[in-house]
Amino acid sequence: MTSALPVELNVQVDTSRTTAVRSGRFRIDSPRKTMSTISVYFVLALVALFFIAPLLWIVLSSFEPGAAIGTNAPLVLSLSNFANVLNWSTFFQPLINSLILSGSTAVLVVLTSLFAAYPLSRYQMRYRKAFLYTIIFSTGLPITAIMVPVYELFARANLVDNYPALILFLTATSLPFGIWLMKGFMDGVPVDLEQAAWVDGATWVGSLRTIVAPLMMPGIAVITIFTFASVWGNFFVPFILLTTQSKFPMAVSIGTFFGQYGAVEYGQLAAFSILYTLPALGLWVVAARFLRGKFTFAGATKG
Amino acid sequence: MAPALSIMFLFIAGPIIWSVYIAFTNKALTGVGAAHAKWVGFTNFVHMFNDPLFIKSLLLTAIFVLGSAVVGQNTLGFMIALLERGRNKFVTTTLNGFIMCAWVMPEIVAAFCWYAYLYQGGTLDAFLGHLGLNQDWLYTTPMLAIIIANIWRGTAFSMLVYSAGLSDLPSELLEAAKVDGASQLALLRRVIIPLMRRSIMVNLMLITLQTLQSFTLIFILTAGGPGEASMTTPLYIYQQAFQLYDISYGSAMCLVLLLLGAAFSLIYIKFIKVEEVAA
Repeated sequence: MTSALPVELNVQVDTSRTTAVRSGRFRIDSPRKTMSTISVYFVLALVALFFIAPLLWIVLSSFEPGAAIGTNAPLVLSLSNFANVLNWSTFFQPLINSLILSGSTAVLVVLTSLFAAYPLSRYQMRYRKAFLYTIIFSTGLPITAIMVPVYELFARANLVDNYPALILFLTATSLPFGIWLMKGFMDGVPVDLEQAAWVDGATWVGSLRTIVAPLMMPGIAVITIFTFASVWGNFFVPFILLTTQSKFPMAVSIGTFFGQYGAVEYGQLAAFSILYTLPALGLWVVAARFLRGKFTFAGATKG
Repeated sequence: MAPALSIMFLFIAGPIIWSVYIAFTNKALTGVGAAHAKWVGFTNFVHMFNDPLFIKSLLLTAIFVLGSAVVGQNTLGFMIALLERGRNKFVTTTLNGFIMCAWVMPEIVAAFCWYAYLYQGGTLDAFLGHLGLNQDWLYTTPMLAIIIANIWRGTAFSMLVYSAGLSDLPSELLEAAKVDGASQLALLRRVIIPLMRRSIMVNLMLITLQTLQSFTLIFILTAGGPGEASMTTPLYIYQQAFQLYDISYGSAMCLVLLLLGAAFSLIYIKFIKVEEVAA
C-alpha cells in the first residue's frame, strides 16, 4: 500500500445524518424475511471464510516448530520460531531501519505539509484551485512508473544506499496526499480563533504554531500514522534504492527467509511476518480512534 | 510552502522530466550504453510497440485491472457493504476486522500469506487434495491466482467507500421507493446505484490506479511467470530495467505506464470537486 491508497477520505460523510440510517432502517430484505436473513448471513460467512483462510497459515505455522509451508499438524505449539527470529541481524537491525525510515518520513511530511496547507486553507490565492487539482492529480500518479528514472538519477548522483535521499524521496511521494489531508483538517479550524492572535501582533507562523496546530492535533496524528504505516509497508522503493543488507528495512529483509531453492524457514518467516505486521495493525486501530466522531469523514473509516 | 514544493519538484517532477530524456537515449547499466549514452530518437518507442512481450504485458495488465479491481474488488466491496446494512453489529464488526486486516497488513506479508495458501503443498492444496485437485495453483493458473489474491488484498477499500456512500443516501427516498412497491432489484438498479454514481466513479478510478501499478504481490507470487504468463507491465519494466539493465527501454515503458495513470487520474479529479472536498 503505497502513497495513493486510502483516499476513502474523499468520501465525505455527514455523521449527523448517517446515524439514523445506520440503526438499520433500510436494508435489503424480502417479504420472506427469515429466508433472506439466513441467506445473507450465509453469504457473509462465505466472505469471512475467503478472508480468513489465507491468514491461517501465518498464525498456525508461526507457533509450529520447524513448520513446512503447509500447515499439516500444528498440534505442537511453541514460541521457538519467535525466539529464533529475535536476534540483532534478523530482527532488531531491520526494525530500527524501518523505524528510522518511517519515523523521519512521517515527521518531514507533517512539518512540510503544515506549512504548505496553511496558505491553501487560509488565503485566497490566484492559483489556489489549480494547485489543489495538481495535488489531487499527483496523489493518483503511479509511483511504480517513476522508479526507473529515479534509480537512474540516484545512481548518477551516487545516492543509492543513502538514507537521507531515500527519506526525501519517500517524503515527496507521501506529500501530495499529506498536504491534501492537512488542508482538509485545517479548514475545520475556524479562522476567528486566529484573528485574536493576529490582533495581538502574532505572525501567521505564530498563530499556526500556537493556535491552529494544537487544535488539529487529531488530524496531525492521523497524517503521522498514515505516512508512517505506508512507509512501513513499502517494499518496492527501498528494494530498488537500497543495496546493502544491513540497511534493509523489515519490508525488504523479510525476503531473506525466502531463498531461491535453499531450505526456507517457513516457521520463522511466519513469526517475523507477525512481528512486522502487528505495529501496522496497531497504528490503524489508533488512527481509527482519532478519526471517530470528531471529523466529518469518520463514517468512511468506521470498522 | 516552499519546502514541500521543492521536495516534490525535485523527487517527482524531476524524475518524470528525466525519464522523458532517458527514454530517447540508449542508456544502459552495462555495456556500451553505460558509459556513452547516445540520443537515439524514437528507437525505444518503435521497439516497444514491436515487442510482443510488451504488448502482452499491457494485455495482462488490463486483464489484471479489470478482473481484480473493476470486477472483483468493486463488486465484492459493494456487495459486502450492501449486505452488512442493518445486520448484527458483532458479526459485521468482526467480518470487517478481517477484511481490513488484509488491506492494512504490509503488502509483502499479504503476498506471503497467499503464496503459502496456493503453493503446491500449501493450505488450499491440503483442503482440495482430498478431492483430487492437488496442484500448484501458482503454476497452473497464475493469472487467476494473482487476481484473486489482489481482490482479497484490496476489497476493504471499496467496501469502506461504499458503506460510507450507502450511509449517506437519503433514507426518505429509499422508503418512498419501497412504499411504491419497488422490488429489491429495482431499488438497487434505479435508486441506489444512480444515487451513488459519484462514489462508484471515484472508487473505480482509485482502485484502477492502485492496481495498475501493483508490483509486490505479483513479484512474490509468480514473479511474472511461469514464462511470461503473468508478466504485467510493472513486472516487465522491472525485468528489462533492473535485471537486463536496459534503463532507457525501462524508462520509455515507464512513460507509457505513467501516461496511462495520468489519464485515469484526470478522470478521477473530474469527479472530485475541490471546494466541496474542502468544506
